[in-house]
Amino acid sequence: MVAISPATPSLVAEPLRPARPVDLRRAIRLGLVAGVMGVFVCSIGMVLRFQGRIIVADLGFGYVVLGGLTLLIAYLASASPPRLQGFEAPAPGARNLLAGVIAGAFAAAVMTTFLAFVGNVDVRDIFLNVSEPMIEIVTFGRGLGPGILVMAGWSVALGVVAGVLHLLPQLARREVIVAAASVVLGALLESVVSPILREVGLTSLITRLYDASALKPAGAVVVAGVCVAVDMALVRRRAVFRARMQAMRPTARNRLRWLLIALGLLALGALPQILGQFLTAVANLAGVFMLMALGLNIVVGFAGLLDLGYVAFFLVGAYATGVLTSPASPGFSPEMVFLLAVPFVVIIGVLAGIFVGAPVLRMRGDYLAIVTLGFGEIARLLAVSDWLRGTLGGAQGITRIPNIAIGPFVLDSPQEFFYAVYGLAVVAIYVSYALQNSRMGRAWVAMREDESVAEAMGINVVAAKLWAFVLGAALASLGGALYASTIHSIFPASFGIQQSILLLIIVIVGGLGSVPGVVLGALVLVAMPELLREFEEFRFLIYGALLILMMLRRPEGLIPSRRRALELHEEDRAQDEWLQARVEDAAGTPEPYRQPHEI
Amino acid sequence: LVDIFLWLLRIGLVVAIAIGAFNSLTSGRLSGQQWRDLIVFGIAQGSIYALIALGYTMVYGVLRFINFAHGEVFMVGAMVGFVVADPLSRTSLWTDMTVVAVLLVILVAMVASALVALLLERVAYRPLRGAPRLIPFITAIGASFFLQYAIAGLFGTGFKTYPRVPGLDGAFRLLGFRVLKTQALVVLVAVVAMVALYVFIERTRAGRAIRAVSEDQEIAKLMGINVDRTIAVVFAVGGAMAGIAGVLYGIVFGQVFFFTGFVPGIKAFTSAVLGGIGNIGGAMAGGLALGSVESLGPSLVLTGLAIPAANQLKDMVAFLTLVLVLIFRPTGILGERLAEERV
Repeated sequence: MVAISPATPSLVAEPLRPARPVDLRRAIRLGLVAGVMGVFVCSIGMVLRFQGRIIVADLGFGYVVLGGLTLLIAYLASASPPRLQGFEAPAPGARNLLAGVIAGAFAAAVMTTFLAFVGNVDVRDIFLNVSEPMIEIVTFGRGLGPGILVMAGWSVALGVVAGVLHLLPQLARREVIVAAASVVLGALLESVVSPILREVGLTSLITRLYDASALKPAGAVVVAGVCVAVDMALVRRRAVFRARMQAMRPTARNRLRWLLIALGLLALGALPQILGQFLTAVANLAGVFMLMALGLNIVVGFAGLLDLGYVAFFLVGAYATGVLTSPASPGFSPEMVFLLAVPFVVIIGVLAGIFVGAPVLRMRGDYLAIVTLGFGEIARLLAVSDWLRGTLGGAQGITRIPNIAIGPFVLDSPQEFFYAVYGLAVVAIYVSYALQNSRMGRAWVAMREDESVAEAMGINVVAAKLWAFVLGAALASLGGALYASTIHSIFPASFGIQQSILLLIIVIVGGLGSVPGVVLGALVLVAMPELLREFEEFRFLIYGALLILMMLRRPEGLIPSRRRALELHEEDRAQDEWLQARVEDAAGTPEPYRQPHEI
Repeated sequence: LVDIFLWLLRIGLVVAIAIGAFNSLTSGRLSGQQWRDLIVFGIAQGSIYALIALGYTMVYGVLRFINFAHGEVFMVGAMVGFVVADPLSRTSLWTDMTVVAVLLVILVAMVASALVALLLERVAYRPLRGAPRLIPFITAIGASFFLQYAIAGLFGTGFKTYPRVPGLDGAFRLLGFRVLKTQALVVLVAVVAMVALYVFIERTRAGRAIRAVSEDQEIAKLMGINVDRTIAVVFAVGGAMAGIAGVLYGIVFGQVFFFTGFVPGIKAFTSAVLGGIGNIGGAMAGGLALGSVESLGPSLVLTGLAIPAANQLKDMVAFLTLVLVLIFRPTGILGERLAEERV
């Protein structure tokens, strides 16, 4: 990457050129894109499926998705171009509004053409989801002719809204978005909010907020109001809080950090009591995936080895647990208790890690990914095969895997199991942080950046890679052990390539190498489809799109690790520095040079 | 230490293959006829892999990255082929002018696959050109899943059964081999497509531009070649080849569904690596080699090692080949073009 030197332009203070105007041709293009995407979400049945979920009053989630897409793209289309080196900052104006309207109109054109076509030509034999009910929804139940006009008006109106958003001052825009998002999320997460309210004894509040699973209009206002108030308070307080943190002495800051961690752990311990049976079970599943994602994060995020067959270790852990503990294990069946089996499971997992890791150590990144993918598939095919049916049960898998028992205590409810899962997850989080700051962690960073240079600096690259594989495998096999003991029966079909990819998406969306990102990613991406049954069908479609989008826009993830963000955005950083220098020049205060990101 | 491990692995494999092959050949469980059937089947299947592998290898040749979603481009060809073939099979064209009808199906599938490949390049890969190699690779994984489930959403998740092509039942004999007519069709179409591709690459202006870009992008740009357009052409041509493969796959195996692309895609990638990735002739050789290994391997080696239900493990043999090729000979049989350029 070519870094623009931050120092040179500020030496010669040439005058700034006027800001570039909003690009209307781009608005047309994006409008067409929005239209095509609208047609797409209709044709795959997403709108119809989501419409069954009411958000507030009569507004179904199908309209929210369809309209949200148009709104989002029109918002992008009507945005002022980013400020560039040598240009003035753009001022919002009528042109933003115009761009929004143009984008909305072109989206409307595509959508109406589509509706006119499918309204008159029957394509249901080919496109199964282009159905009568779908067309009825998209024409707002007004019949084809007037419905198309309403649809067109709707799109243009959304374009206007998008344009107007740019005219609002920044804080107001933020709060409008927060309010809208909080209403949608509040309604979608009814199955989370209600049980919690019930457990804390606020049952009357549920009926006041919700009508079945939809928010009541009054409830929506309350939810939006609370979220906006909290957000505004946060925005105002954050700077103050940051400054106060900075001003503290290191020892005091440390003490505060430990206090916060202790409080967090206490809250975590109380969680199963609040969540109730079902939510705890969902949280447990997310926890198992969190454990594995933390392991994959060591391999991919820390060491930079793209492992697409990570599910193999998960499978090894689950099957080892099944064989060792289940009385129904078809061949060898020692019927160990869980705690006795765990060391063996981890040892087997580690051996698998070495077995897969050793041959691929010399390989280039993309070949390594494909080979691990091959190993993952081989593991699954072996588990299904008749050849190993005697020990692994073939396609029937292994059933009757017992609950975890610690001495006389049997963890037979989700609430009790929660402590086992999250106990291990907390340990894994601690290990991740410890590794990151260890000698090994630094070796990984060096290796990720440039293997040859790292080797020349005396890092044992082979050992570093093997360690990453081994640690990742250990965590995955632990995850497998927990999974086997919650689900009680395991089948080869649960260990397909989808699981590997799901874990990879958790790590990438959360942020490569970022522990909080991975934790959040696991919670959201695993728990979401469990809570939103409508979502399930489109899960991998959305994940695939998410992965592409993340790579294009934010390869460092939602909660980036500082180090990774630096590696991925060298150029942007140079630009930021230049702009900052510019602003400081203009203010006439020659401050000492400050780096925008700390290392 | 790692080297010792790898050598042990190598020796063990050679011994296992030798023992297995020796046992099954001497046991006489399969007659000579059956062995010959397996060889023909392997060649037919290998031609399909070879057609898909061309897409991997050409994209790798110009962009040096693995287009993981290429298997899905193939799947789109197979699905669109079905969408066209199914209504067509109810018209008189299908029975009266079968050749025209099948060509029509292939043509539509080619166009659809080429369009998907172009879209993929424009949306997912072009903005990432010049990014570290793994970033477009991860994007390709996302694209692969997106395409699978988009097709599932559009056409449904069920199996689609290709209509029977009249006049393709039965078999004929050729030099003592019994060849099914479908297999003959597959090999014929594949050979024609590959010859056409060869002529395109070697004899036309666009082909010369492709070779120049895969040699050195910067210099090609200086020579006045439109690099963006050339890369798009590569994707389109690779996609079209995959589209042909999709229809052939549908005709041979009868059924396709939205997940059809994954395993053949991986196998085709194996073929590309086996023949030396970036090397077009190699893709063809690799496809045929993998097809034969996959069809002979289970009966020859695994049965000889007394492993039951060896045919179930066909995919495993293919994946094992993939892993072993990448570990022991990542430059392939015919060698990787421009191998010294990469580190």
